[in-house]
Amino acid sequence: MIVLKANFKYNVCWLIIMIAGFYIMNTLIMIGVIDSFIENMFVTIWINIILATGLNLIIGFAGQFSLGHAGFMAIGAYVTAIVTQKAASLGGFYASFVIGVIVAVIAALLVGIPTLRLRGDYLAIATMGAAEIIRIIINNMKITNGPAGMFNIPQFATWPIVYIMMCVTTIIIVNFINSRGGRVIKSVREDEIAAEAMGINTTKWKLAAFVLGAATAAIAGSLHASYLQTIAPNDFGIMESISILIIVVLGGVGSVTGTFLAAVVLGVLDTVLQDFGTLRMVIYAVALILIMVFKPSGLLGTWELSIRRLFNRIKRRSV
Amino acid sequence: MQTFFQQLINGLSLGSIYALLALGYTMVYGIIKLINFAHGDIYMLGAFWGYYVINVWHFNFLLALLSAMVICGICGVVIEYLAYRPLRHSPRITALITAIGVSFFLENGMAYLFGSNARDFPQVVKQVNYDIGGVRISNIQLEILITSCILMLILQLIIKRTKMGRAMRAVSVDNDAAELVGVNLNRTISFTFALGSAMAGAAGVMIGLYYNSIDPLMGLTPGIKAFVAAVVGGIGSVPGAL
Repeated sequence: MIVLKANFKYNVCWLIIMIAGFYIMNTLIMIGVIDSFIENMFVTIWINIILATGLNLIIGFAGQFSLGHAGFMAIGAYVTAIVTQKAASLGGFYASFVIGVIVAVIAALLVGIPTLRLRGDYLAIATMGAAEIIRIIINNMKITNGPAGMFNIPQFATWPIVYIMMCVTTIIIVNFINSRGGRVIKSVREDEIAAEAMGINTTKWKLAAFVLGAATAAIAGSLHASYLQTIAPNDFGIMESISILIIVVLGGVGSVTGTFLAAVVLGVLDTVLQDFGTLRMVIYAVALILIMVFKPSGLLGTWELSIRRLFNRIKRRSV
Repeated sequence: MQTFFQQLINGLSLGSIYALLALGYTMVYGIIKLINFAHGDIYMLGAFWGYYVINVWHFNFLLALLSAMVICGICGVVIEYLAYRPLRHSPRITALITAIGVSFFLENGMAYLFGSNARDFPQVVKQVNYDIGGVRISNIQLEILITSCILMLILQLIIKRTKMGRAMRAVSVDNDAAELVGVNLNRTISFTFALGSAMAGAAGVMIGLYYNSIDPLMGLTPGIKAFVAAVVGGIGSVPGAL
């Protein structure tokens, strides 16, 4: 309770920022500044933010190099597609979120328990393999319509739902990072042996971070399926995992603010460069290499935007 | 039994191409601990170079193979110098993203310059099929098998017998210690890249000959397959990749 009171001011600030963002977006759509094309860009950016914050929790805070994020996204997407086609109502849509998260958590446990004992590159290879297995299973099942993918998925995920889900998942992840669990996984990242010597069950906490990341990925997948209305197994291949990884590393491994910034920058870059055709990917690749060579820690490094620090600075200045 | 031998022959010739690619992967990984995602695209460059010289300058197979190896070796060194060398002391994940960036750059640069549709690889070697007890072997398969065996032997000799090979092995065990005893780190790493990329270039020309078709995105799948081969064989070890 005391903690809640101490952080009350800052939490209210964040809430105001989120609501303000919602209303600004709403007004801009109303007066016609944002057309459906730009709205589409924003929704893609928000879905990418959900995915990348989840992956940043796994890579940046728990220090586990996972390349299989698209697999969990695929689970969420397909569960939503199947459930909402059977029960096309808003209730069915929300139920599909829950089922998708549950399935993704089970899959993450199955993948995570054996593989999280591996380290570094071997873990990356193992998770990449796991995501491929998920994709191939989807590819060969009848209920998922095989390699052709699913279409005519009823659209329930409008932009307000995506926005709210982005806020909710970010709040959950940031709270986890700042809780006891977050401190534990950071200690595992810094030095696994020392953390183990302090009596921490490292595998358990790594698994917790992995499962939480997978759950948010499933939510993002559900939103993706419901917003775009068509999905195919090939959307969730290794390239999707890599593009999420690019957002995380570009923003700064271990910075949630950086993830937000990088997702926005890459999303806008992608839209602006659309007129260039094939040259677009060349420019994109060169930009990626240059940023990495000249700023290896990502755009923001591990810096976080903190209202508390902002308040303290203002207070100090006025004194 | 016949099908078994037929598949064995097919598998051996295709497998030897993958082995050449996997060799480059393991050597680079062994020496700077970087998963070089751009390796498959260097192989694509090799195939395109082979296509170009055979069509325009009418090179024969051997000359095309050798020139592709030289060009790809140079490309490998340039990529290492521009993209990976500034990042040698930064976190490995950063270098990995740069490798992905280089891979995107090569793929899309080639697609932009030459168009992304698949094209026919010229048949420099006329296909002749031999029948041995019901098993069919084409001379292209034999040629691939023999060329890759020779290349692997040369590679093995370079690594085991020459001074540079000894330096490479020293750097992959401990690069600080290797530098202390007077190994030129930068030159050794460049040499490794040149060697690995040359192998990839040779593989590219041979796959062009085998499948008859090349396109800018051809490097992706064999790249990942060769990577898996390198991992299964034990990453960082040369005989394992074979």
